[in-house]
Amino acid sequence: MAGTTSSSGASGAPGLSGPAATPGMNAAEATVANYDALSVESATIVTQRSAWQRVRANLSVRIGGGVLALLVAISLLAPWLGTVDPTLFDPVSRDLLPGKVGEITTLEGETIKHRFLMGSDSFGRDIYSRVIYGTQVSLIVGLATAVVALAFGIVLGLCAGFFRWLDGPLMRVMDGLMAIPAILIAIALVAMWRGSLPTVIIAIAIPEIPRVTRLVRSLVLSIREEPYVEAAISLGTPTWKIMLRHILPNTVAPLVVQGTFICASGILTEAILSFLGVGLPPDIPTWGNVMAEGRPQFNQYPHNIFFPGIFLAVTVLAVNILGDGLRDTLDPKMAKRG
Amino acid sequence: MFKFLARRLLSTLPVLAVVAVLVFLVLRLTPGDPAAVLAGDAASTEQIAQIRAGLGLDRSIPEQFVIWIGHLLTGDLGQSYYYKMPVADLIGQRLEPTMSLAVLTITLAVLVAVPLGVIAAWRFGGWLDRGLMAFSVMGFSVPVFVSAYILIWLVSLKLGWLPVQGYKRIADGVGPWLYHLALPTITLSLIYIALIARVTRASVLETLGEDYIRTARAKGLPEARVLMRHALANAAVPIATVIGIGIALLIGGVVVTESVYAIPGLGRLTVDAVLARDFPTIQGVILFFSVVYVLVNLAVDLSYVFFDPRIRY
Amino acid sequence: MADMNNQAGAGRAAEAPILTVEGLTIGLPSGGDRSSAVRDVSFEVGRGEIVCLVGESGSGKSVIAQSVMGLLPKALPLKAGRILLQGEDITHAPLSRLRELRATRMSMIFQEPMTALNPVMTCGDQIDEVLSQHTTLDAAQRRAKVLDIVKEVLLPDPERIVASYPHQLSGGQRQRIMIAMALVLDPVLLIADEPTTALDVTTQAQILKLIADLQGRHGTGVLFITHDFGVVAEIAHRVAVLRLGDMVEMGPRDQVLKTPDHAYTRMLMASVPTLRVDERPLDAGAPVVLKVDGLVKTYDTTGWFGQRRVVHAAKAVSFEIRQGQTLGIVGESGSGKSTVARCIARLIDPSDGTVLLGGALPGERAEDIARLSASRLRPLRRRVQIVFQDPYRSLNPRMTVAQAMIEGPVNYGLSKPEAMTRARGLLDLVRMDASALDRYPHQFSGGQRQRLCIARALMMEPELLIADEAVSALDVSVQAQVLKLFEEIRERLKLAMLFITHDLRVASQVCDTLAVMSKGEVVEIGPAHRVFGDPQHAYTRALFAAAPGRDFAFGG
Repeated sequence: MAGTTSSSGASGAPGLSGPAATPGMNAAEATVANYDALSVESATIVTQRSAWQRVRANLSVRIGGGVLALLVAISLLAPWLGTVDPTLFDPVSRDLLPGKVGEITTLEGETIKHRFLMGSDSFGRDIYSRVIYGTQVSLIVGLATAVVALAFGIVLGLCAGFFRWLDGPLMRVMDGLMAIPAILIAIALVAMWRGSLPTVIIAIAIPEIPRVTRLVRSLVLSIREEPYVEAAISLGTPTWKIMLRHILPNTVAPLVVQGTFICASGILTEAILSFLGVGLPPDIPTWGNVMAEGRPQFNQYPHNIFFPGIFLAVTVLAVNILGDGLRDTLDPKMAKRG
Repeated sequence: MFKFLARRLLSTLPVLAVVAVLVFLVLRLTPGDPAAVLAGDAASTEQIAQIRAGLGLDRSIPEQFVIWIGHLLTGDLGQSYYYKMPVADLIGQRLEPTMSLAVLTITLAVLVAVPLGVIAAWRFGGWLDRGLMAFSVMGFSVPVFVSAYILIWLVSLKLGWLPVQGYKRIADGVGPWLYHLALPTITLSLIYIALIARVTRASVLETLGEDYIRTARAKGLPEARVLMRHALANAAVPIATVIGIGIALLIGGVVVTESVYAIPGLGRLTVDAVLARDFPTIQGVILFFSVVYVLVNLAVDLSYVFFDPRIRY
Repeated sequence: MADMNNQAGAGRAAEAPILTVEGLTIGLPSGGDRSSAVRDVSFEVGRGEIVCLVGESGSGKSVIAQSVMGLLPKALPLKAGRILLQGEDITHAPLSRLRELRATRMSMIFQEPMTALNPVMTCGDQIDEVLSQHTTLDAAQRRAKVLDIVKEVLLPDPERIVASYPHQLSGGQRQRIMIAMALVLDPVLLIADEPTTALDVTTQAQILKLIADLQGRHGTGVLFITHDFGVVAEIAHRVAVLRLGDMVEMGPRDQVLKTPDHAYTRMLMASVPTLRVDERPLDAGAPVVLKVDGLVKTYDTTGWFGQRRVVHAAKAVSFEIRQGQTLGIVGESGSGKSTVARCIARLIDPSDGTVLLGGALPGERAEDIARLSASRLRPLRRRVQIVFQDPYRSLNPRMTVAQAMIEGPVNYGLSKPEAMTRARGLLDLVRMDASALDRYPHQFSGGQRQRLCIARALMMEPELLIADEAVSALDVSVQAQVLKLFEEIRERLKLAMLFITHDLRVASQVCDTLAVMSKGEVVEIGPAHRVFGDPQHAYTRALFAAAPGRDFAFGG
């Protein structure tokens, strides 16, 4: 039978072969077979790498993802990378320059010799250890912020997209929330609730929710117009199933991209909050905290700020580059612009 | 056109209302009693109750809200617990440094970013394009305070060209004013340039893919004219939009920049107020910034009238 | 008009040709299904003649047009061949020379008048630009010339048009502005890339006539790109047929269209539906499947300032369809035909009127589905199924064909294995291989996807199948296959069909009865052969008169 599938490349060679009808076909089948052989359609082979392959091949994804993987590894392997407990300090080893050797008192009371790879701060704490352990905090905050913001944003966006009566008021509230600069909301919330890891995460995530809501809402509204959704309605598919099987899967790509950018933003905001003194408590080693404590000595001992600063910049850069790469490969509309 | 203007003006009202409610709620829901904080540790319960009544905190929440709104509309933002003066005056005092920084930054950013973005789009794929994209990713990845310190170290400490900190009022001379604001402006504008250049590039690229560009080339027009009169003219709306939305980023950056460079502006005020748990001031500053944001975006939307004749007619 | 053009064209071709294309080969970026967009194509356009480049999608006709003007993107390199404009070799001419030639000696007009004009410049300024770039006329002289050309393209009220922005004009008017911009400097060659494809039938007829008139008056050579054979029949002097980058056949219009040489051309000619309709036997006793009575759809929006916009999308539409018969609804854009279809499928809700479904089987009562609530409507939805226009958006890209097909029956309680069996059977019916079930939509071509959509619709065993411009987006040869499929299905499954289309030829091929709609109303309805053969209403007559090449007998 002249069933056409997409791999009919052979019959599509230009410089037409003869009719594809075989004896035994009736007239109608023969005509159709001839059409199939001669028509442009049968000559077109469709090749398309799967989305996953495209993603893996993209340079930005590789670079950003690679650096990020390295950072994750560092954060997981922190205790074994030549670090000491980041809260340990020794007034004897205050303000040492990077590379110098000094002493540090362990929790058991021992005093050991230790090379301060990144120098020490004004309390005598090892900056290297604090920076390495700080990686854990930053990555956790970034990831958690993205997850929380996406979760709430998806729910709210779906509601806004599906329930007309909810759409207006909800979007006004989102507009209002977006009008207040994100840093200020985060600062105010942390000030109110006292800095601890969960509160900081929520405080940073809340200002990110409106953007996700808007994105999901616009995706829902545009996908609802697609003929395949109308077809599903005609086929008697109930609304919840349409949401789950037709709409949501087609929102995954833009949301993943958005998620990486929220992650980057979260890491950045946490650092800013800590730096300003309104973030996590100073005993938790975060890059922002280390930098905040190094501020007064910046003129003489810039290493307090530079090392954590570099780690921070590289991490956020890696996440942003990863996000760019994901966007170029996953989101066809954005990808057109190279 | 007038319908568009009127509709746009009216739609800011609900947004401002939501902002007011959110700001009010957020701070009223604080655990802990502001009156107790104000009274100090040694206060007696009657003293605390007195202070509460004085602050109007013994009324119901909706009542408090209405009273508060009433005060707002007359320009009364309350009294700062910490500075012991009206918040409105406090804001007035600190306004000039922040505005100076903001205006200089926006001007610098737009003047640098838009041409860069246009050229990058025109020479798509070339070295300028790639360089710009790399720079812009770095621009919003490196946090403001990190780049601030790098610049300070380089320019102030090593080269000694510009001062490390401080602010001079414009009334004391434009020279010193600029001299002290130069480094902070450059630091802050890095993010803004990154953002605007990126969006300009994307917007111009998208416009260059439109059919009317092909028509313009088919008419034999030189490329410069195609870029300016046909591409940029149509790309203007998204660029204006992002300048407006970027204000939010700018405000965030202002807070940090003022902190690093010891500029006595509204950003510093916010941080100090938060550390002192001075709620009226926190409220006042957040309100102020939000209203500025809404008004700037309103202005941007209204400017569409000039860019897009479809709105005019 | 056609015959006179042919004779005149034949005479003028004896002069030196305006455009000569020799052995043109243009490459494609690597990774595509073939290496060249265009291979070894040669042809000529003489003074005062209209040469049509015709072909289906992927034939390379647009690429050729753009290469003449030098507008090809870098991704499509010109690998071999020459292009000569009035004897001058412009194949590798520098951009500066090409810019000099554009609009002065050769001009191009494009397909989408909606997007081909700069939205932020007035129409007058856009025409003026051409003059200020290429001439040394002063402002007053330019304005005079602009007004002249606007009058020549028959735009009413030139002063107002010149000051207007493109969004204030209709599609046909915008296309006239494009033509004005192209012809203001009287070039010797006009390249027209599908200029009427996006326009309504009546507007298309006007634009074609305009182009032919202007061309005749100025002696311009025209290279006309199109996929519509009716248009070719209407205006061409000579025709070149392209297939996948190769030139398959070339010759005078009558020869190529009536007595084609090449097998591919013959196949194309056989695929073009003719406009003559023979009387079809109509079984008046067949049970009525759908009865629409007084269907009304009104959009009533009130703005903030009290201004009300009322749009009557459908006004008092009534008709009925019997089992085994196809009713066609034809009309131009805005006629309300799609609105009616969507009301019947309950994708939008009618404002008034009744839509009675069924009552065909004994013991069954007709149900009015017009105003049913969503929950009461559900069990009835399966009886009306719809196939949409765009095959590239009608299937969820993330679902396999199998999942898409069994979705419907599973909703109504059929078990998965049973649904899969039915799916296999239907794939066979639409002549697709069962291996399609495990594939994703992007692995199929447009025509194949449309067949999958038909199969999906049939999975529900509907009584009424609605085809909403279901073949409009397909190439002519694929369209012929799908139309044949619709006929077969209707025969075998005894379906009633509602066929919405703007294409009169398609309607004449497939419809038993025909309704003509304009501005929301049914202006004429009756058996197809009668409506086509002896139209009563003035609008119907105008519509048929505008159909390009309507008297032409395509061979093959």
